Amino acid sequence: MGYIFDLRGVLSGQYFDWFMIGLAVTIALTCAAWCLAMTMGIILTLIRMIPFRPFEWFVALYVEYHRNVPLLVQIFVWYFGVPSLLPRPARQWINGHHGEFLLATIALGLAAAAYVAEDIRSGIRSIPKAQNEAARSIGLGYLGAMGYVVLPQAIRIAVPPLINQTLLLFKNTSLAMAIGVGELTYRTREVESYTFKTFEAFAVATAIYLAISFGIMACGAYAGRRLKLENA
Amino acid sequence: MLEILQNNWLLFLVGQYPHGPIGGLTMTLFMALTALALCFPFAICLALARLSPYRWLRLSATAIVHTVRGLPLIMFIFWTYFFSPLIIGRAVGGVETLIIALVVYEAAYLSEIIRAGIQGLPKGQFEAASALGLGYWTTTWKIVLPQALHNMLPSMVSQFVSTIKETSLGYVISAHEMTFAASQVNNVLLTQPFEVYAILALTYFVLCFALTSLARYIERRISAGRVAVATPAVAVAV
Repeated sequence: MGYIFDLRGVLSGQYFDWFMIGLAVTIALTCAAWCLAMTMGIILTLIRMIPFRPFEWFVALYVEYHRNVPLLVQIFVWYFGVPSLLPRPARQWINGHHGEFLLATIALGLAAAAYVAEDIRSGIRSIPKAQNEAARSIGLGYLGAMGYVVLPQAIRIAVPPLINQTLLLFKNTSLAMAIGVGELTYRTREVESYTFKTFEAFAVATAIYLAISFGIMACGAYAGRRLKLENA
Repeated sequence: MLEILQNNWLLFLVGQYPHGPIGGLTMTLFMALTALALCFPFAICLALARLSPYRWLRLSATAIVHTVRGLPLIMFIFWTYFFSPLIIGRAVGGVETLIIALVVYEAAYLSEIIRAGIQGLPKGQFEAASALGLGYWTTTWKIVLPQALHNMLPSMVSQFVSTIKETSLGYVISAHEMTFAASQVNNVLLTQPFEVYAILALTYFVLCFALTSLARYIERRISAGRVAVATPAVAVAV
């Protein structure tokens, strides 16, 4: 074929800058969506704890929607659909302020929140009921039992799956390219179409994604070892 | 919303089929089923390699699985998109590209499920098989895999759901499937994006939620079966 694999072309000058900008946007998107996911995940968990049926149904519907609809479609609903429902000034504001980044953050964050809420719940569920009963019997109230006994143990159990969610969230930011967010995959396509160095461009992006993913996986494995309960 | 559905349901269901390539929900389901079926043998091989007594085989399978899990699916789709024409020697359509990418991607995830299924079997099964004088392959095919695959059935259905959801990425490379069909409808109507994508989301939801519920039902059936089998065994032992 006579194809010469040469990374110098895509790793010099402006193309290198494009990769770095793309990486920065990917990381910013991951962090922003992560914060939204954690906040929303904790709120959902709290709502689910209120013993009132309609609240439980709401959380169940929320979780099922975000787990059973493809993320790309959720992003489209937010990007194409939701602004069309907003009043005109709001729409103009979104268009003027990098709306695609904002809406991608919302879509990714809310979707991840469903998984976060499930992980926290299974963490709480895996703590034996006796722990709660014992805490109550030594005189702790509901909040004391939760705050001092159940949650500290539940969080230890929930951290490894939550780190795994972070990995998924990081990988899912690549879908934001479909609505024109200038993240790593989007920039890679740009570099590729400017230089025609297809394999080099995608090799660089692959290496960057892998390096960060392996970092997150290593954190997950470390946390899994460190936080393992002795008697679990 | 109903009007959109009335005018475009055929496009959502089969794409432009009589006048163009088949697409829509039909193609989504076809691609998901094909990808899952094709990746199955690879997944079994990967799972067996990860549990193999040979260190080099175990390490290379582990490396493959972790690499695939560390990359976004979209990267695989682009690699396949650019690479497969070079290997096959002719232009490759969006649908084939997506199926190839999904096979590679799903094989890694499915292999983890199969591995968990095999590791979940009681040790006595392996010991009993070797006590009977069965070799590695006979044990694997006749004893281990049938039980592991039966126990994994719910996870397999969940994996099918993930695959259906992942076919939506075909949109990026213009493979004709349901998300692509919806974007076509949206491009024609222009003024009702929320309604169009709500229909799309709802369709996926109904399909995937039904399958997820099926997975839960099978899981209950299997664990109920396990209890029913375990009880008489205990009675005999007593």
